Amino acid sequence: MDIIRGRVFTFGNNIDTDQIYPGRYLELTEHNEIAAHVMEGADPSFASNMKPGDIIVAGTNFGCGSSREHAVITLKTAKVGAVVAKSFARIFFRNAINQGLVLVEIPGLDMSSIKTGDTAGINVVSGEFLSGETKMGFAPLPGHVLSIIEAGGIFSLFREKGSEAFG
Amino acid sequence: MHALEKILARASGKAKVSAGEIVMAEVDVAEVNDLYLQVIKSFDDLGGKRVRHPEKTTFVFDHYSPAPTIKAADNHRKMREFCASQGIPHLFDIGEGVCHQVLTESGMVGPGTVVVETDSHTTTMGALGAFGTGVGATDMATILITGKLWFKVPRVMKVIFEGMPPKDVMAKDMILHVLGDLKQDAAIYRAVEFSGETVRRMPQEERFVLCNMAVEMGAKTAYIAPDDITHDYLARFGWQKQEIFETDPDYEYETAVRYDVSSLTPRIALPGSVDAVSAIPEKKIHVDQVFLGTCTGGRLNDIRVAAEILKGKKVNSGTRFVVIPASRRIFQDALLAGYIETLVDAGAVLSTPGCGPCLGAHEGILAPGETCVTTSSRNFPGRMGSTEAGIYIASPATAAATALKGYLCGADSL
Repeated sequence: MDIIRGRVFTFGNNIDTDQIYPGRYLELTEHNEIAAHVMEGADPSFASNMKPGDIIVAGTNFGCGSSREHAVITLKTAKVGAVVAKSFARIFFRNAINQGLVLVEIPGLDMSSIKTGDTAGINVVSGEFLSGETKMGFAPLPGHVLSIIEAGGIFSLFREKGSEAFG
Repeated sequence: MHALEKILARASGKAKVSAGEIVMAEVDVAEVNDLYLQVIKSFDDLGGKRVRHPEKTTFVFDHYSPAPTIKAADNHRKMREFCASQGIPHLFDIGEGVCHQVLTESGMVGPGTVVVETDSHTTTMGALGAFGTGVGATDMATILITGKLWFKVPRVMKVIFEGMPPKDVMAKDMILHVLGDLKQDAAIYRAVEFSGETVRRMPQEERFVLCNMAVEMGAKTAYIAPDDITHDYLARFGWQKQEIFETDPDYEYETAVRYDVSSLTPRIALPGSVDAVSAIPEKKIHVDQVFLGTCTGGRLNDIRVAAEILKGKKVNSGTRFVVIPASRRIFQDALLAGYIETLVDAGAVLSTPGCGPCLGAHEGILAPGETCVTTSSRNFPGRMGSTEAGIYIASPATAAATALKGYLCGADSL
């Protein structure tokens, strides 16, 4: 899982959890049903256009707004490969680690040369993001966060190690 | 140390903590609301068998209260069963109110309490001098199993309000003004403390509004140093005064921003973004629905302000006015004071204490092309229904004035 490759879908700043997963579907609890509405508030065609492994690239404060874990579950279950953003809202960030969704924070990300449909690659171990002419380094995810993501979320690690699973 | 650091140090059994440090803190009060059946699913997936501290655990049914669909009803049923099987005594069922307001009235939260809820607006608790923060379902499930959660100790930014605000300017206008200035990512990973003479004079219900909306700046938590106003508010709910943590005089805030509110006018957030803040436009904008309610703007003071504006008058015939008290107790207090009768006489529509249409679940969803003025805290596209509806965030005074006139206007224009 060191390298993630996929097509890029770009979004702007402050993509809130209502855009990632609209509030009208919050009563749903089955993950496959939740995945059907991925990014629907921002782009209703995203769920039908995306393929497993595709990468979301966005600006600042991705995942702001409500604490709903649905916002992470929908991205994870739809098999979004990673979300790359200039910054993330904190509850979304915690939820993503717990569920094993790859987040890459690149504060200096230059989005001007990245467009929807481009192919991108991410090396989460060395901390490199490549898309067309754009090549950016980022602080690699800490080892214990990577181990949570590789385990597909905190669940099996927690059963094994309890609170120590959080590193 | 900052008072918030002292609270986290106490909760994690340390003499000292500092910003950036990760601590494993004992959670004093945990709250799960009815959006979060996932908490129970994650509890099972994590191998949970018994809730570690049932007496510190609360469930509040507020987002779907009463249940609008079969699915929501089934989620409630499963949560009731979980509470019964785990011996959780604090189940606040439908109609008790929005979780944050319910907790402030529970006697379980006061200065120094570590409160974690499955809701981003848990920052509200900072107005009582508590450490309150929101988490998702899986973090909450680990609290239910272990009684603890890891936190990164936040840096603290200070927002200072000075001056006496004009009569029709409320705490809501002040926090909107700050949001418009600092923007919605200003406080990511940080704590926001509100202080200054204006805050010291502010009634407790208005202080909640500041801390509640700190999360719209990205804040992890918010804080107002507790004082006699805090304790007078809490005394009614049986809170026993405990040790008060005070910020050391030499504590270095990350930033401090100062606002003079003595000449502030009513503020609104324009549709689509909470930080697109402006004065009320001169152009008359027709409003289809006004909503007064939620953990941001549905307290007794808010209802009082609206009732005083609408007393003996009628809501404009082209506008719907939905009023939802934030809790059962507020509803009862407003009934006793005569505010509910005044509002119903004026043409307002009352609904069950809870979140109402704030998150687009029920009780006043917007159609495409409609315009709404709300005392709640979010106006993302589609937040209250159609993505083609426009939502203005405003104070309760502005909301009531708008309901009266049928177009967006401040109470200072009446």
